[in-house]
Amino acid sequence: MVTTLPLVGRVKGVLEETHPAIRSCPMQFSITNSATRYGWAMIILHWLIGIMFIGQFVLGFMMVRIQSQRTAFELIQLHKSLGFLLLGLVILRIGWRLGNAAPHLPPSVGALERRTAPLAHLALYAFQTALPLSGWALVSVSTLEIPTMPFNLFVMPDLPLAESDAAESFWAATHWYLAYAGIALVALHAAAALRHHFLLRDSVLARMITPSSGRE
Amino acid sequence: MHARILGFAAFAACLAVPATAAVALSDAAGSYTISPARSSIRFTIGKAGGGGFDGAFARFKGTIRIDNGDVGRSKVDLTIYPESVGTGQGRIDAFLRSDAVFDAANSPEIQFHSTSVIRTGDTSALVTGRLTARGKTFPEKFTAELDGLKAGTIKFHVTGKVLRSRYGMDVGTPLYSNVVDFNMTLTGKRG
Repeated sequence: MVTTLPLVGRVKGVLEETHPAIRSCPMQFSITNSATRYGWAMIILHWLIGIMFIGQFVLGFMMVRIQSQRTAFELIQLHKSLGFLLLGLVILRIGWRLGNAAPHLPPSVGALERRTAPLAHLALYAFQTALPLSGWALVSVSTLEIPTMPFNLFVMPDLPLAESDAAESFWAATHWYLAYAGIALVALHAAAALRHHFLLRDSVLARMITPSSGRE
Repeated sequence: MHARILGFAAFAACLAVPATAAVALSDAAGSYTISPARSSIRFTIGKAGGGGFDGAFARFKGTIRIDNGDVGRSKVDLTIYPESVGTGQGRIDAFLRSDAVFDAANSPEIQFHSTSVIRTGDTSALVTGRLTARGKTFPEKFTAELDGLKAGTIKFHVTGKVLRSRYGMDVGTPLYSNVVDFNMTLTGKRG
Protein backbone atom coordinates (compact mmCIF):
# COMPACT_ATOMS: atom_id res chain seq x y z
CA MET A 1 0.00 0.00 0.00
CA VAL A 2 2.78 2.41 1.05
CA THR A 3 4.85 1.58 -2.02
CA THR A 4 2.00 2.42 -4.38
CA LEU A 5 1.49 5.94 -2.98
CA PRO A 6 4.48 7.60 -4.72
CA LEU A 7 3.23 5.99 -7.93
CA VAL A 8 -0.22 7.55 -7.44
CA GLY A 9 1.48 10.90 -6.83
CA ARG A 10 3.55 10.57 -9.98
CA VAL A 11 0.51 9.60 -12.06
CA LYS A 12 -1.43 12.58 -10.65
CA GLY A 13 1.50 14.90 -11.40
CA VAL A 14 1.68 13.68 -14.98
CA LEU A 15 -2.10 14.00 -15.39
CA GLU A 16 -2.04 17.57 -14.01
CA GLU A 17 0.58 18.53 -16.62
CA THR A 18 -1.29 16.96 -19.51
CA HIS A 19 -4.78 17.84 -18.23
CA PRO A 20 -4.69 21.26 -16.46
CA ALA A 21 -8.43 21.06 -15.67
CA ILE A 22 -7.68 18.53 -12.93
CA ARG A 23 -6.08 21.32 -10.89
CA SER A 24 -9.44 23.01 -10.42
CA CYS A 25 -11.19 19.79 -9.50
CA PRO A 26 -13.73 20.43 -6.67
CA MET A 27 -11.76 18.10 -4.42
CA GLN A 28 -9.25 20.89 -4.08
CA PHE A 29 -11.70 23.52 -2.82
CA SER A 30 -10.71 24.71 0.61
CA ILE A 31 -13.02 24.23 3.59
CA THR A 32 -11.55 27.31 5.30
CA ASN A 33 -11.56 30.94 4.22
CA SER A 34 -8.44 32.48 2.71
CA ALA A 35 -7.47 36.18 2.85
CA THR A 36 -9.62 36.99 -0.20
CA ARG A 37 -12.07 34.08 -0.62
CA TYR A 38 -14.60 32.11 1.43
CA GLY A 39 -14.10 28.39 2.06
CA TRP A 40 -16.90 26.00 1.10
CA ALA A 41 -18.03 25.44 4.73
CA MET A 42 -18.92 29.12 5.11
CA ILE A 43 -20.51 29.23 1.65
CA ILE A 44 -22.75 26.22 2.35
CA LEU A 45 -23.74 27.56 5.80
CA HIS A 46 -24.44 31.02 4.32
CA TRP A 47 -26.82 29.78 1.60
CA LEU A 48 -28.44 27.07 3.72
CA ILE A 49 -29.20 29.50 6.56
CA GLY A 50 -30.25 32.22 4.10
CA ILE A 51 -32.72 29.96 2.26
CA MET A 52 -34.06 28.52 5.54
CA PHE A 53 -34.44 32.01 7.02
CA ILE A 54 -36.53 33.20 4.06
CA GLY A 55 -38.43 29.88 4.01
CA GLN A 56 -39.22 30.23 7.72
CA PHE A 57 -40.53 33.76 7.12
CA VAL A 58 -42.85 32.54 4.35
CA LEU A 59 -43.93 29.49 6.40
CA GLY A 60 -44.53 31.62 9.50
CA PHE A 61 -46.59 34.09 7.48
CA MET A 62 -48.72 31.32 5.95
CA MET A 63 -49.25 29.09 8.98
CA VAL A 64 -51.07 31.77 10.98
CA ARG A 65 -53.36 32.66 8.06
CA ILE A 66 -54.33 29.23 6.76
CA GLN A 67 -57.98 28.13 7.15
CA SER A 68 -57.52 24.45 8.06
CA GLN A 69 -56.71 24.15 11.76
CA ARG A 70 -55.12 20.77 11.16
CA THR A 71 -52.79 22.03 8.42
CA ALA A 72 -52.01 25.10 10.56
CA PHE A 73 -51.05 22.87 13.49
CA GLU A 74 -48.81 20.73 11.32
CA LEU A 75 -47.17 23.74 9.65
CA ILE A 76 -46.48 25.28 13.07
CA GLN A 77 -44.76 22.06 14.19
CA LEU A 78 -42.71 22.08 10.96
CA HIS A 79 -41.82 25.76 11.59
CA LYS A 80 -40.62 24.80 15.10
CA SER A 81 -38.56 21.87 13.75
CA LEU A 82 -36.93 24.02 11.07
CA GLY A 83 -36.34 26.77 13.65
CA PHE A 84 -34.33 24.42 15.87
CA LEU A 85 -32.38 23.13 12.86
CA LEU A 86 -31.71 26.77 11.92
CA LEU A 87 -30.55 27.56 15.47
CA GLY A 88 -28.15 24.59 15.35
CA LEU A 89 -26.73 25.74 12.00
CA VAL A 90 -26.39 29.32 13.27
CA ILE A 91 -24.46 28.17 16.35
CA LEU A 92 -22.20 26.09 14.07
CA ARG A 93 -21.75 29.10 11.79
CA ILE A 94 -20.89 31.47 14.64
CA GLY A 95 -18.34 28.96 15.96
CA TRP A 96 -16.87 28.55 12.49
CA ARG A 97 -16.79 32.32 11.94
CA LEU A 98 -15.03 32.94 15.27
CA GLY A 99 -12.30 30.45 14.35
CA ASN A 100 -12.03 31.48 10.72
CA ALA A 101 -11.79 35.19 9.86
CA ALA A 102 -13.82 36.49 6.94
CA PRO A 103 -11.82 37.40 3.81
CA HIS A 104 -10.84 41.04 3.35
CA LEU A 105 -13.16 43.23 1.32
CA PRO A 106 -11.95 43.84 -2.23
CA PRO A 107 -10.31 47.28 -2.89
CA SER A 108 -13.38 48.41 -4.85
CA VAL A 109 -15.37 48.71 -1.61
CA GLY A 110 -15.68 52.31 -0.51
CA ALA A 111 -14.84 53.79 2.92
CA LEU A 112 -18.45 54.14 4.09
CA GLU A 113 -19.34 50.58 3.15
CA ARG A 114 -16.11 49.32 4.69
CA ARG A 115 -17.42 50.63 8.04
CA THR A 116 -21.14 49.78 7.68
CA ALA A 117 -20.90 46.32 6.05
CA PRO A 118 -19.44 44.66 9.18
CA LEU A 119 -22.24 46.28 11.25
CA ALA A 120 -24.86 44.97 8.83
CA HIS A 121 -23.29 41.51 8.98
CA LEU A 122 -23.20 41.65 12.79
CA ALA A 123 -26.90 42.61 12.73
CA LEU A 124 -27.65 39.66 10.40
CA TYR A 125 -25.92 37.35 12.87
CA ALA A 126 -27.92 38.91 15.72
CA PHE A 127 -31.23 38.36 13.88
CA GLN A 128 -30.54 34.78 12.82
CA THR A 129 -29.75 33.97 16.48
CA ALA A 130 -32.53 36.02 18.09
CA LEU A 131 -35.31 34.74 15.81
CA PRO A 132 -35.10 31.04 16.68
CA LEU A 133 -34.44 31.92 20.33
CA SER A 134 -37.54 34.16 20.50
CA GLY A 135 -39.54 31.35 18.87
CA TRP A 136 -38.25 28.94 21.51
CA ALA A 137 -39.23 31.43 24.22
CA LEU A 138 -42.69 31.74 22.65
CA VAL A 139 -43.38 27.98 22.71
CA SER A 140 -41.91 27.78 26.23
CA VAL A 141 -44.25 30.36 27.77
CA SER A 142 -47.36 29.43 25.74
CA THR A 143 -50.33 28.40 27.85
CA LEU A 144 -51.16 25.83 25.16
CA GLU A 145 -48.22 23.76 26.51
CA ILE A 146 -47.69 22.04 23.17
CA PRO A 147 -44.56 19.86 23.35
CA THR A 148 -41.73 20.59 20.94
CA MET A 149 -40.34 17.59 19.04
CA PRO A 150 -37.98 18.67 16.24
CA PHE A 151 -38.84 16.44 13.27
CA ASN A 152 -40.54 14.06 15.75
CA LEU A 153 -37.08 12.89 16.82
CA PHE A 154 -36.82 13.97 20.46
CA VAL A 155 -38.52 16.25 22.97
CA MET A 156 -36.87 19.67 23.14
CA PRO A 157 -37.19 21.03 26.69
CA ASP A 158 -38.78 24.43 27.22
CA LEU A 159 -36.67 27.42 28.22
CA PRO A 160 -36.99 28.11 31.96
CA LEU A 161 -39.49 30.95 31.55
CA ALA A 162 -42.79 31.40 33.38
CA GLU A 163 -45.83 30.45 31.34
CA SER A 164 -48.65 33.00 31.02
CA ASP A 165 -50.95 34.55 28.44
CA ALA A 166 -49.13 37.89 28.85
CA ALA A 167 -45.70 36.29 28.28
CA GLU A 168 -47.07 34.44 25.25
CA SER A 169 -48.37 37.70 23.73
CA PHE A 170 -45.05 39.43 24.45
CA TRP A 171 -42.91 36.73 22.79
CA ALA A 172 -45.33 36.35 19.87
CA ALA A 173 -45.05 40.10 19.20
CA THR A 174 -41.26 40.02 19.66
CA HIS A 175 -40.92 37.07 17.27
CA TRP A 176 -43.17 38.88 14.76
CA TYR A 177 -41.23 42.19 14.88
CA LEU A 178 -37.86 40.42 14.70
CA ALA A 179 -39.09 38.45 11.67
CA TYR A 180 -40.16 41.56 9.76
CA ALA A 181 -37.03 43.53 10.71
CA GLY A 182 -34.86 40.50 9.91
CA ILE A 183 -36.39 39.94 6.48
CA ALA A 184 -35.95 43.68 5.71
CA LEU A 185 -32.26 43.35 6.61
CA VAL A 186 -31.96 40.24 4.41
CA ALA A 187 -33.50 42.22 1.53
CA LEU A 188 -30.97 45.05 2.10
CA HIS A 189 -28.15 42.47 2.23
CA ALA A 190 -29.32 40.88 -1.05
CA ALA A 191 -29.68 44.29 -2.71
CA ALA A 192 -26.13 45.21 -1.63
CA ALA A 193 -24.80 41.91 -3.04
CA LEU A 194 -26.57 42.52 -6.38
CA ARG A 195 -25.22 46.08 -6.47
CA HIS A 196 -21.67 44.72 -6.03
CA HIS A 197 -22.15 42.16 -8.77
CA PHE A 198 -24.01 44.16 -11.42
CA LEU A 199 -23.07 47.80 -10.76
CA LEU A 200 -19.66 47.70 -9.12
CA ARG A 201 -18.77 44.44 -10.92
CA ASP A 202 -16.50 43.28 -8.09
CA SER A 203 -16.01 39.84 -6.49
CA VAL A 204 -18.21 40.36 -3.38
CA LEU A 205 -21.12 38.15 -4.56
CA ALA A 206 -19.01 35.79 -6.69
CA ARG A 207 -16.79 34.81 -3.78
CA MET A 208 -19.87 33.70 -1.81
CA ILE A 209 -20.62 31.29 -4.70
CA THR A 210 -17.26 29.85 -5.77
CA PRO A 211 -15.18 28.57 -2.87
CA SER A 212 -11.55 29.35 -2.25
CA SER A 213 -9.13 26.95 -3.94
CA GLY A 214 -6.74 27.56 -1.05
CA ARG A 215 -4.13 29.06 -3.35
CA GLU A 216 -5.11 32.73 -3.28
CA MET B 1 -75.55 -18.73 36.19
CA HIS B 2 -78.13 -18.07 38.88
CA ALA B 3 -75.43 -18.20 41.54
CA ARG B 4 -73.50 -15.48 39.74
CA ILE B 5 -76.54 -13.32 39.35
CA LEU B 6 -77.23 -13.79 43.01
CA GLY B 7 -73.65 -12.76 43.75
CA PHE B 8 -74.22 -9.60 41.76
CA ALA B 9 -77.40 -8.95 43.65
CA ALA B 10 -75.68 -9.65 46.96
CA PHE B 11 -73.00 -7.08 46.12
CA ALA B 12 -75.66 -4.65 45.10
CA ALA B 13 -77.28 -5.25 48.45
CA CYS B 14 -74.03 -4.41 50.28
CA LEU B 15 -73.80 -1.11 48.45
CA ALA B 16 -77.36 -0.24 49.17
CA VAL B 17 -78.42 1.76 52.18
CA PRO B 18 -77.59 -0.50 55.17
CA ALA B 19 -81.06 -0.13 56.50
CA THR B 20 -82.35 -1.97 53.46
CA ALA B 21 -82.41 -5.55 54.47
CA ALA B 22 -81.92 -6.97 51.00
CA VAL B 23 -82.05 -5.89 47.42
CA ALA B 24 -83.78 -8.26 45.15
CA LEU B 25 -82.35 -9.00 41.74
CA SER B 26 -85.25 -7.19 40.23
CA ASP B 27 -83.86 -4.03 41.84
CA ALA B 28 -80.78 -4.11 39.59
CA ALA B 29 -82.48 -5.34 36.46
CA GLY B 30 -84.29 -2.83 34.38
CA SER B 31 -83.83 0.13 32.10
CA TYR B 32 -81.92 3.21 33.20
CA THR B 33 -81.54 6.62 31.64
CA ILE B 34 -78.10 8.15 32.14
CA SER B 35 -78.35 11.31 34.22
CA PRO B 36 -75.78 13.83 32.89
CA ALA B 37 -75.96 15.82 36.13
CA ARG B 38 -74.57 12.90 38.11
CA SER B 39 -72.36 11.46 35.38
CA SER B 40 -69.10 12.51 33.79
CA ILE B 41 -67.14 11.51 30.70
CA ARG B 42 -63.50 12.49 31.12
CA PHE B 43 -60.48 11.66 29.02
CA THR B 44 -56.70 12.01 29.22
CA ILE B 45 -54.18 12.04 26.40
CA GLY B 46 -50.50 11.59 27.27
CA LYS B 47 -47.97 14.10 25.98
CA ALA B 48 -44.43 13.53 24.74
CA GLY B 49 -42.02 14.42 27.53
CA GLY B 50 -44.51 13.55 30.26
CA GLY B 51 -47.83 14.75 31.55
CA GLY B 52 -50.93 14.93 29.50
CA PHE B 53 -54.01 16.94 28.96
CA ASP B 54 -57.41 16.27 30.39
CA GLY B 55 -60.78 17.01 28.95
CA ALA B 56 -64.42 16.19 29.46
CA PHE B 57 -67.65 16.14 27.51
CA ALA B 58 -70.36 18.17 29.18
CA ARG B 59 -73.28 16.93 27.08
CA PHE B 60 -74.21 13.32 26.41
CA LYS B 61 -77.19 11.01 26.74
CA GLY B 62 -77.70 7.29 26.98
CA THR B 63 -79.42 4.27 28.39
CA ILE B 64 -78.34 1.19 30.32
CA ARG B 65 -80.51 -1.91 30.28
CA ILE B 66 -79.70 -4.71 32.67
CA ASP B 67 -81.35 -7.93 31.64
CA ASN B 68 -83.42 -9.60 34.28
CA GLY B 69 -82.27 -13.15 33.59
CA ASP B 70 -78.90 -12.80 31.86
CA VAL B 71 -76.40 -10.00 32.47
CA GLY B 72 -74.79 -10.96 29.15
CA ARG B 73 -77.87 -9.66 27.38
CA SER B 74 -77.58 -6.26 29.00
CA LYS B 75 -77.16 -3.27 26.74
CA VAL B 76 -75.54 0.17 26.85
CA ASP B 77 -76.15 2.97 24.36
CA LEU B 78 -74.38 6.28 24.66
CA THR B 79 -74.37 9.42 22.54
CA ILE B 80 -71.75 12.11 23.17
CA TYR B 81 -71.95 15.63 21.71
CA PRO B 82 -68.33 16.59 20.87
CA GLU B 83 -69.36 20.26 20.62
CA SER B 84 -69.45 20.18 24.44
CA VAL B 85 -65.78 19.22 24.83
CA GLY B 86 -63.93 21.20 27.49
CA THR B 87 -60.28 21.22 28.52
CA GLY B 88 -60.08 24.47 30.47
CA GLN B 89 -58.23 26.11 27.56
CA GLY B 90 -60.54 27.81 25.08
CA ARG B 91 -58.10 27.68 22.17
CA ILE B 92 -57.66 23.92 22.60
CA ASP B 93 -61.44 23.45 22.82
CA ALA B 94 -61.91 25.35 19.54
CA PHE B 95 -59.20 23.20 17.95
CA LEU B 96 -60.85 19.98 19.18
CA ARG B 97 -64.26 21.07 17.86
CA SER B 98 -62.79 22.05 14.46
CA ASP B 99 -62.30 19.75 11.48
CA ALA B 100 -58.79 19.09 12.81
CA VAL B 101 -60.29 16.71 15.39
CA PHE B 102 -64.03 16.17 16.02
CA ASP B 103 -65.42 18.24 13.13
CA ALA B 104 -68.42 18.81 15.40
CA ALA B 105 -70.22 20.90 12.77
CA ASN B 106 -70.41 17.95 10.35
CA SER B 107 -70.28 15.08 12.86
CA PRO B 108 -72.28 16.33 15.83
CA GLU B 109 -72.58 12.94 17.55
CA ILE B 110 -70.23 10.25 18.78
CA GLN B 111 -72.14 7.04 19.38
CA PHE B 112 -71.47 3.86 21.27
CA HIS B 113 -73.74 0.84 21.04
CA SER B 114 -72.78 -2.23 23.03
CA THR B 115 -72.75 -5.58 21.26
CA SER B 116 -71.85 -7.78 24.22
CA VAL B 117 -71.53 -7.59 27.98
CA ILE B 118 -69.37 -10.22 29.68
CA ARG B 119 -69.18 -10.40 33.43
CA THR B 120 -65.60 -10.49 34.68
CA GLY B 121 -66.32 -10.46 38.41
CA ASP B 122 -69.01 -9.97 40.99
CA THR B 123 -69.25 -6.29 40.21
CA SER B 124 -67.37 -5.88 36.93
CA ALA B 125 -68.06 -6.48 33.29
CA LEU B 126 -66.34 -6.08 29.94
CA VAL B 127 -68.54 -4.14 27.57
CA THR B 128 -67.79 -4.51 23.88
CA GLY B 129 -69.50 -2.37 21.34
CA ARG B 130 -69.31 -0.30 18.22
CA LEU B 131 -68.01 3.23 18.51
CA THR B 132 -68.83 5.64 15.71
CA ALA B 133 -67.10 8.99 15.34
CA ARG B 134 -66.63 11.13 12.23
CA GLY B 135 -68.41 8.47 10.17
CA LYS B 136 -66.01 5.70 11.13
CA THR B 137 -67.05 2.69 13.22
CA PHE B 138 -64.76 0.32 15.10
CA PRO B 139 -65.23 -2.22 17.88
CA GLU B 140 -64.07 -0.92 21.26
CA LYS B 141 -63.92 -2.43 24.76
CA PHE B 142 -64.67 -0.75 28.06
CA THR B 143 -64.46 -2.05 31.61
CA ALA B 144 -67.50 -1.30 33.75
CA GLU B 145 -67.37 -1.51 37.52
CA LEU B 146 -70.54 -1.31 39.56
CA ASP B 147 -70.02 1.64 41.85
CA GLY B 148 -73.34 1.95 43.58
CA LEU B 149 -76.89 0.75 43.53
CA LYS B 150 -79.75 2.37 45.34
CA ALA B 151 -83.39 1.97 44.70
CA GLY B 152 -83.93 3.32 41.22
CA THR B 153 -80.33 4.49 40.67
CA ILE B 154 -77.32 2.58 39.39
CA LYS B 155 -73.79 3.92 39.09
CA PHE B 156 -70.91 2.53 37.02
CA HIS B 157 -67.28 3.52 36.75
CA VAL B 158 -66.25 2.90 33.14
CA THR B 159 -62.70 2.94 31.78
CA GLY B 160 -61.24 2.16 28.39
CA LYS B 161 -58.62 3.09 25.83
CA VAL B 162 -59.46 4.25 22.33
CA LEU B 163 -57.02 4.80 19.45
CA ARG B 164 -57.99 8.17 18.00
CA SER B 165 -56.14 7.62 14.69
CA ARG B 166 -58.83 5.14 13.61
CA TYR B 167 -61.41 7.89 13.66
CA GLY B 168 -59.43 10.35 11.55
CA MET B 169 -58.29 12.25 14.64
CA ASP B 170 -54.59 11.46 14.53
CA VAL B 171 -53.54 15.12 14.42
CA GLY B 172 -50.67 15.89 16.78
CA THR B 173 -49.23 12.38 17.05
CA PRO B 174 -46.59 11.67 18.30
CA LEU B 175 -46.54 14.91 20.33
CA TYR B 176 -49.80 13.70 21.82
CA SER B 177 -50.42 10.00 22.32
CA ASN B 178 -52.68 8.13 19.93
CA VAL B 179 -54.26 6.49 23.00
CA VAL B 180 -57.18 8.30 24.60
CA ASP B 181 -57.83 7.11 28.16
CA PHE B 182 -61.50 7.35 29.04
CA ASN B 183 -62.68 7.60 32.61
CA MET B 184 -66.43 7.84 33.01
CA THR B 185 -68.91 7.82 35.81
CA LEU B 186 -72.32 6.87 34.48
CA THR B 187 -75.27 7.20 36.80
CA GLY B 188 -78.53 5.81 35.53
CA LYS B 189 -81.99 6.52 36.82
CA ARG B 190 -84.63 3.93 36.34
CA GLY B 191 -87.14 4.70 33.67
